[in-house]
Amino acid sequence: MKKTSVSRALFELLSSMRFAISLLTLLAIASIIGTVLKQNDAYNAYLNQFGPFWFPIFEKLGLYAVYNAGWFLTILAFLVVSTSVCIVRQIHPMTKEMRAFKEHARETSLRLFKHHAEFEIGDYASAEQSTRAYLQQIGFSSRENPREDGLLIAAKRGAWGRWGYFLAHGGLVVICLGGLLDGNLPLKLQMALGGKKPTQGNQLIADIPAASRLSEDNWSYRGNVFIPEGRSSDTAILNVADGILLQPLPFTISLQKFHIDHYETGQPKRFASDIILTDKKTGQSLTRTIEVNKPFEYAGVTLYQASFDDGGSKLSLRAWPLAGGAPEDIEGAIGEQRPLKGYTVEYTAFRPFNVENIAEPPADSQSALTQFEAHLGSAAKRTEHKDFRNLGPSLTYKLRDSAGQAREFLNYMLPMEQDGRWFLMAGMRESQAEGFRFMRIPVDDAGRVDSFFAIRTILLDPKQHERLAQRFAKAVAQVDQAANPSADMQAKLKETGLRTLQLFSLRGFESLGAFIDKSIPEKEREQVAGNFIQILKSIVWQAWMVAREEQKLPALEPTPQHNAFIGDVLNSVSDSFHYAAPVYLQLSQFEEIQASVLQATRSPGKKWVYLGSLLLVLGVFAMLYVRERRIFVLIKRDGKALFALSSNRVSLDVEREFAQHRDALRQALNTPAADSMKTAP
Amino acid sequence: MTELTRAPTAPAELLRRLGLIDWLYALALVAGAGYALMHFCGFMDAYEKSFLVLAVPLFSWLGWRWSGLRNMLIAAAIAAFASITLYAQDLGRAEKVFLLKYFLSSQTAIMWMSALVFFATGAYWLGVVARAQFASRLGSALTWSAAGAGLTGLLVRWYESYLISPDVGHIPVANLYEVFVLFTVLTALIYLSYERRYATRQLGPFVLLVISAAVGFLLWYSFTRNAQDIQPLIPALQSYWMKIHVPANFIGYGAFAVAAMVAVAWLCAERGILKAHIPPLEVLDDVMYRAIGIGFAFFTVATILGALWAAEAWGTYWQWDPKETWALIVWLNYAAWLHMRLTKGLRGAVLAWWALIGLVVTSFAFLGVNMVLSGLHSYGSL
Ligand code: HEM
Repeated sequence: MKKTSVSRALFELLSSMRFAISLLTLLAIASIIGTVLKQNDAYNAYLNQFGPFWFPIFEKLGLYAVYNAGWFLTILAFLVVSTSVCIVRQIHPMTKEMRAFKEHARETSLRLFKHHAEFEIGDYASAEQSTRAYLQQIGFSSRENPREDGLLIAAKRGAWGRWGYFLAHGGLVVICLGGLLDGNLPLKLQMALGGKKPTQGNQLIADIPAASRLSEDNWSYRGNVFIPEGRSSDTAILNVADGILLQPLPFTISLQKFHIDHYETGQPKRFASDIILTDKKTGQSLTRTIEVNKPFEYAGVTLYQASFDDGGSKLSLRAWPLAGGAPEDIEGAIGEQRPLKGYTVEYTAFRPFNVENIAEPPADSQSALTQFEAHLGSAAKRTEHKDFRNLGPSLTYKLRDSAGQAREFLNYMLPMEQDGRWFLMAGMRESQAEGFRFMRIPVDDAGRVDSFFAIRTILLDPKQHERLAQRFAKAVAQVDQAANPSADMQAKLKETGLRTLQLFSLRGFESLGAFIDKSIPEKEREQVAGNFIQILKSIVWQAWMVAREEQKLPALEPTPQHNAFIGDVLNSVSDSFHYAAPVYLQLSQFEEIQASVLQATRSPGKKWVYLGSLLLVLGVFAMLYVRERRIFVLIKRDGKALFALSSNRVSLDVEREFAQHRDALRQALNTPAADSMKTAP
Repeated sequence: MTELTRAPTAPAELLRRLGLIDWLYALALVAGAGYALMHFCGFMDAYEKSFLVLAVPLFSWLGWRWSGLRNMLIAAAIAAFASITLYAQDLGRAEKVFLLKYFLSSQTAIMWMSALVFFATGAYWLGVVARAQFASRLGSALTWSAAGAGLTGLLVRWYESYLISPDVGHIPVANLYEVFVLFTVLTALIYLSYERRYATRQLGPFVLLVISAAVGFLLWYSFTRNAQDIQPLIPALQSYWMKIHVPANFIGYGAFAVAAMVAVAWLCAERGILKAHIPPLEVLDDVMYRAIGIGFAFFTVATILGALWAAEAWGTYWQWDPKETWALIVWLNYAAWLHMRLTKGLRGAVLAWWALIGLVVTSFAFLGVNMVLSGLHSYGSL
C-alpha cells in the first residue's frame, strides 16, 4: 500500500484521536446555536427580531435551520468520515491483535512491561503444569512457545472486547447515515433537481400549483394532515422555510370524531382521533383510533396524533355596535373572514370550556413553622390553594381595519361573578406580546347585557345630554326638599350635570381626571372627584330610567343592587373608550366542530438509526466493560520465571489483578515438585 | 503497591457466600413481584409485567453483591409498606396519624432525606476537620439513611398518587421535583458503591457537597413553587418509555456529578489543599474514569430510549429540540473526555477540569434548558 505523502497525511489527520476530540467538541459547540435561537420560525419573526441588516446575514449562515445548514452537515460529514477512516485504519491491527497471543514476545520486551515480576521456580516440569492449570482456572486461553531457554506461555482474556470498538464506531456511522435519509436533504434534492418550489400565502389546497406538490412515491417526508370532524383528507402539508409543500398520501383519512378527555383539574388527559383509513389502490378501509404515544403505521407511512385545532365551529353572534344603534344577529365560523362595519372579522379560536384556578393566594402572614408544616404529609395535599372553575365557552377573533392593522379580542359566553356581581368579560389586546385587558360588562337582573348597551347609548348620545341633565337636576331637587331650591339653583345643578356628562363622554374618567388635575387645587381634588362620581351615578340612573321608558318598561326602585349596577355601568362605559372596536360580538350559540392534526411520516432511515443505536450500545458496553488482559509467563530452565501482565486500558484493577496473579503464580510455581504434583488436577 | 480497589466476586463464589438474609431477601422480591402480578395484572401491560419480572433477578443480584444496598432496600420497603398500611386508602390520614405525619408520608420522608443529606455532609467534613474516623463512619451511615428515606418517599409518593385518583396515579419520575429526589438517591448510591469499592470515605466530603446542592434546589423549588404537588400526566408523558428513560438518564447525571466532585478533589490535592485527606491521585483518576464510563454508558442508553419515545409521541426520533440537543452536547462532551483519557499525555489536570466543566454542561442540560430555554419550545405541545 503505497500512498502519496499528502493523502497519507490526510489519512493520518482524519484518523487521529486529537482530530476526533476536536470534532466532537466542535460539534457540541455548534449544536448550541440552534438551542438558543428558535429554529424554523416564520421569516417575519426573524426579520422583526434582527432587523433588516442582520436578517439576511443570519439567513445566509443558515441560522434559522442550523441543523440543516450546509456547514453543520459538513461537520457531521467530517465526523462520519473520520470515524470511518478510523475504523478502516484499525481493522487490520485490531483483528490481528484480537487473534494474536503474542507467544513470540521477547524476554527483553516483557521486562519493559509496567507490570512484570520475576521469581524462583521449584521444579521446571511441574511449573509448566501449574501455570497451565492456573491460567485455565482464571479463564484465560493460552498458547505456548517452547524456546531454547524454556517455555513461554502467552495467555489472554477479553480480547474480543475490541469488537466493541467496531460496533460502537460503526453504529455511529450507521446512525448518521440513517439520519441523513430522514433529514431534509432528500427534500432539498427534489427542490433543486425536481423543480419543486414551496408556495406562500393562504391558498385553497385545490389552487396550489403542481410545482408545490410532491410525488406520492416520495420516500422520506414528515408533514401534517389537518382533518375536521366528519371530513377527510389525503394530503399532508410540509412546512419548508417560509412556505409549504403538499405531499399526497397513499390513502384517504376521514375523521369520525376527535376526543379530548380531561382530568378533574382541567389538564388534558387523552387526545384521540377515531379515523377510517381508505387505501387509494385497493379501496379497502380500516377503522382505527390514534392516540398520543399510540401511532399507527400503514403502507410505510406512520400516523401520529400531533395536535388538534378547531375544525370550523359554527357561531351565532350578536353584534352590539359601540357607536349606538340596535344590535344585529350574525353568523360565523372559526377560520372564516367576513366584512363587518368597515373592518374584517377573523374568527380565530373557540373553546367550549375554560377551566381556571380562581383561588386567592393564601395570606402571607403564615409563620415559618406553619409554612414548613404545609410541606409535610402527603404530596396530594393542595398547598397551592386551588379552586377550579369552568368559566364556560370563549371565542377569540380579530378585527382588521382597512390599513391591515388587527386587534385581537377574547369574549366569554357566560357571565362571571366578581364580588357578588356578574359581568361578561370582553378582552382586547393590540398584539400577541400583550396580555388581554378586559372590559367588564355588567349584566342586568335578567342576566343580559341589553341594559348596559341601552344605558351606554343614551349616556353618550349628545342629543340626550340636555334631557339627562334636566332630569338629574329635578331628581336632586326632589331629594333635597328641605332646601326648597330656587329655579336658579335648579339651573345651576343642571349646568353642573351637563358639564360633567359632556366631559365624561369625551374619554370617560380619563377626561374627568385631566380636568380635575388641571383646574382643581390639590387639596380638594379627592372630594371633587367624589362629587363627580356621585353626579355621574345619578345621571346613569336617569339614563337607565329613560331607556326603560323608551322600552315601555316600568321604572325601578333604587336598591343597593341597582346602585351597585349603575356604578359598574359607569366603570364599564369609561373602560369602553379604550375598547378600540366598532362592535362587541356577544357569543349567543355555537356548534363545536373539532379538527385533528395528524402527523404523517415516512422515515426510511429509522430502522438504520435503530440498528446503529443497538450497535452503539453494545459497543460502548463492550469497550468499557470487557477488559482485555494478557498474561505472559516465561518459565526458564535456569530455575527462574518471568511473569508479565498487560491490558489495553489504564486502570487500578490492573494493579490489583497483577498483584493477585503474581502472588498466586509465585506460590504455585515456587512449591517443591512433590507438593505441586499433589495439587495439580 | 497497596490494594486500592476491592476484587469483584465471581458468580460461583457469590452463590456460595449467600446467607439466610440474602435468600429471604430474594424470596421477598419474588413474593412481592408475584403478589403484584396476581393482584394488579389488569393494570399492567406486557412491558410493565416483563420489567417487574426482570427486576427480581436484577435486584437479587445487586443486593447479593452489595449487602449495604440490600439492607437499605429492605428497610425502605418495610417503611413504605408500613406507610401504605397506615394510610388505609385515606389520604386524609397523613394529617392525623403521628407516624405518617412526622415520618412516613412522602413529603415528610423527603424532608428527612434532605435533612439527612445535610447531616451527612456535616459529618463527613467533621471527619476531615477533626480527623475523626468515627465522624466519617457516621457520614456513611447518614448517607445510607438519606438514600433510604428518599426511596421511601418516592415509593409512598407513588402510592399517594393512586390515592388521589387511579387515573392520576403514576411512577414518580415525571417532573423536575420527582427526578431531583431520584437524583439525590441515585447519586448517593453511586457514591456509596465507590466508597465500598475503593475502601475509602475520603471522597464523601466532596461528593456530598453536590448532593447537598441538589437538595438545596429541591427545597427551594418546593418551598417557593410548591413543586411537590402531584400533577396528573399529560398525554405525551403517558408512555412506558418514560419509566426507563428517566432512571437511565439519572444514573448518567448522578455518575457525572460524582466524577465532577472527584475532579474537585483531584484539583485540590494537586494544589496541596487537604492533601492528607484525599486519596492518592491515581485512585481519583480511576474513580473519575469509572464514574464517567458508567455515566456515559447509561446516558447513551437513556438518549436512545428518549429517541424511541420521541418517535412514538412526536413522530420523530430526533428533532433537535433544545432538550435533545443539550443531551447530545453532554454526550459528545463525555465522548471527548473518554477519548482524551485514551490519548497519552493528556491526563490529570486537563481531565479533571474537563470533568468539572462537564458537570456545568450537564446541569445546564438538566436544569438550565427547562428554566432558560423552555420558552422557545413547548415540549409535547399538546
Ligand atoms: C460521537 C463519536 C464517538 C463516540 C461516541 C466514541 C465512543 C468511544 C468510546 C466510548 C470509546 C471507549 C473509551 C474507553 O474505553 O475509555 C472509544 C474508543 C476509541 N475511539 Fe471513539 N468514539 C467516537 C468517535 C471516534 C472517532 C471520530 C475516532 C477516530 C478518529 C475514534 C477513535 C477511537 C479509538 C481509536 C478508540 C480506542 C479503541 C480501543 O483502543 O479499544 N472515536 N470511542
